[in-house]
Amino acid sequence: MAVHTSQSVAKAAGDDVARGRSRGTGKSAPPSKLRRALSVHWYAWTMVAPVVLVIGVIIGYPLVRGIWLSLTDANERNVARSIGVNEMPATYEFVGLDNYADALTGNQFLGTLGWTLVWTVSCVTITFCLGMALANILNRRIVGRSAYRMALILPWAIPGFVSVFAWRFLYNENNGLLNKILGGAGIDGIPWLNDPTWAKFSVIAVNVWLGVPFMMVALLGGLQSIPAEQYEAAEMDGATAWQRFRHVTLPGLRPVSTTVVLLSTIWTFNMFPVIFLLTRGGPGEATQILVTQAYKFSFEISPRDFAQSSTWGVLILVLLMLFAMVYRRVLRTQGDNW
Amino acid sequence: MTTVTANHARHSARKVRKRGDRSPAASLALHLTLIITSVIAVFPVLWVLLTSLKPAKFASTTDFFKETTFENYTNLIKDTEFLSWFGNSVIVAGLSTVIGVFVSATTGYAVSRFRFPGKRGLMWTLLVTQMFPVAVLIVPIYNIMSTMGLLNQPAGLVITYLTISVPFCAWMMKGFFDTIPREIDESGQVDGLTPFGTFWRLILPLAKPGLAVTAFYSFITAWGEVAYASAFMVGDENLTLAGGLQKFVNQYGAQWGPMTAASVLIAIPAALVFLFAQKHLVTGMSAGAVKG
Repeated sequence: MAVHTSQSVAKAAGDDVARGRSRGTGKSAPPSKLRRALSVHWYAWTMVAPVVLVIGVIIGYPLVRGIWLSLTDANERNVARSIGVNEMPATYEFVGLDNYADALTGNQFLGTLGWTLVWTVSCVTITFCLGMALANILNRRIVGRSAYRMALILPWAIPGFVSVFAWRFLYNENNGLLNKILGGAGIDGIPWLNDPTWAKFSVIAVNVWLGVPFMMVALLGGLQSIPAEQYEAAEMDGATAWQRFRHVTLPGLRPVSTTVVLLSTIWTFNMFPVIFLLTRGGPGEATQILVTQAYKFSFEISPRDFAQSSTWGVLILVLLMLFAMVYRRVLRTQGDNW
Repeated sequence: MTTVTANHARHSARKVRKRGDRSPAASLALHLTLIITSVIAVFPVLWVLLTSLKPAKFASTTDFFKETTFENYTNLIKDTEFLSWFGNSVIVAGLSTVIGVFVSATTGYAVSRFRFPGKRGLMWTLLVTQMFPVAVLIVPIYNIMSTMGLLNQPAGLVITYLTISVPFCAWMMKGFFDTIPREIDESGQVDGLTPFGTFWRLILPLAKPGLAVTAFYSFITAWGEVAYASAFMVGDENLTLAGGLQKFVNQYGAQWGPMTAASVLIAIPAALVFLFAQKHLVTGMSAGAVKG
């Protein structure tokens, strides 16, 4: 090995090309192959090294540890910790797949999953439809278009947690503006965040409000990339507005919409701040989604249940990866090549 | 008979109109839709702004203006830790941005320009890490930070935020580099520059808008992050803005005065920069995502 490394990289690569191929004995092939790859690709690899390092050290390692924790009974009382000057060693034990069995057979996980799916599907569907409608309107020549555009983008420009608090302020049962307006019209106040059904409605409304601008702007970009000739040709053929929308606009938007739907599904599934800051999952556990519940296990209940939290985290990840794979496969069978 | 002629007339009227022209009724409907949605989009924000300018005791009145005053702002800055939260957020978000962009720019370039073994895997990893729920990483990272004594330290949050920003920044930078013609790289190589030299001297200056947008995106992400910030930072003066704002509104009650004032101070700078950058933001995101 030492002899090999003392050779220059280029020479080693050259040797390999000259001999390795024709003889094919293969004994020295793997290291020289690596070296040849190094000589060709070393700059690409050097350039990606920082990110690989970041991903490996602060994503990969915690991920492995998280998966490990999900196979143990770790909680606040038995992980390694220091009390004063005393170091307490970890005493948690490997329990195999028990946590997964518990989660998948119990009611809590499945119930939360059910609501998480309702939450994700309704948020993404409503956001997409509204974004599509607004993008189509804004894509026409209309007086004051840029002013409308600015106004409609505003929710995206405000940091999410600020908007969520603004909505809490509006939703307030006794003093909130929404109930004052209803009261002015002689309607009883609505317990926006304190009734399970209304709370579900409220969190979805806020998330849609937050998400429409991104959809709208992305789809608007997509609309503007559809060549005008296609519309003209369709119009020549006598296509109605609806037919033009179905057969020109929708196919033209396909690359953009498949991407934004995938992204916003993943984001909504994991949308922590809206639920956490608006209702903390309440009333009861009515609006708790998987992510906020997993957070609750490790940071809000006592003793902190790290194992259960990690188990839920791993299950969320598996679900999302399955979704992304199925989604891509469906797209591929329909002829998209990404 | 009459209906037929009427239909005919309407039909020919539509034919005469050029593309983009529409009937007054249709125009009215479009404008109404836009006005209503714009009001819904703007109103909550506007309402918080107006409330912040009212004395706290009138916070829950429905008057648009009532004894306009900056009392809430002066109290916020005098009586609370708002400025230290703001400072913490600036430090955390600033450092995550600088490190994140620095680390991810080279990767974006390499992935955009070179074919190399491991590229597919890397692209996949970048994509998959977008899916990581906070729940998978938060406990292990919390434990690691705790053993390293980095809880309650800005450094701990900065390192944590790299897990969010780096994959996405690299992804976006790839999109931007893809829009820069390859001929420029080739001309660099003809002039005898190394791949690094080409990247550093020719491509990076051209990618400035992309760098700016990526930087901006990671800044905003760190500025608005809630879960890690709530879990890792405790103690009044260590909080970031996301944690600090929660102090004003909890289960037991709400101080709408300081809450609304703080909201405005947090939102205005972010919103201004955002409106400036948003056009490029979408191009970058969809370019990166579509071509993936």
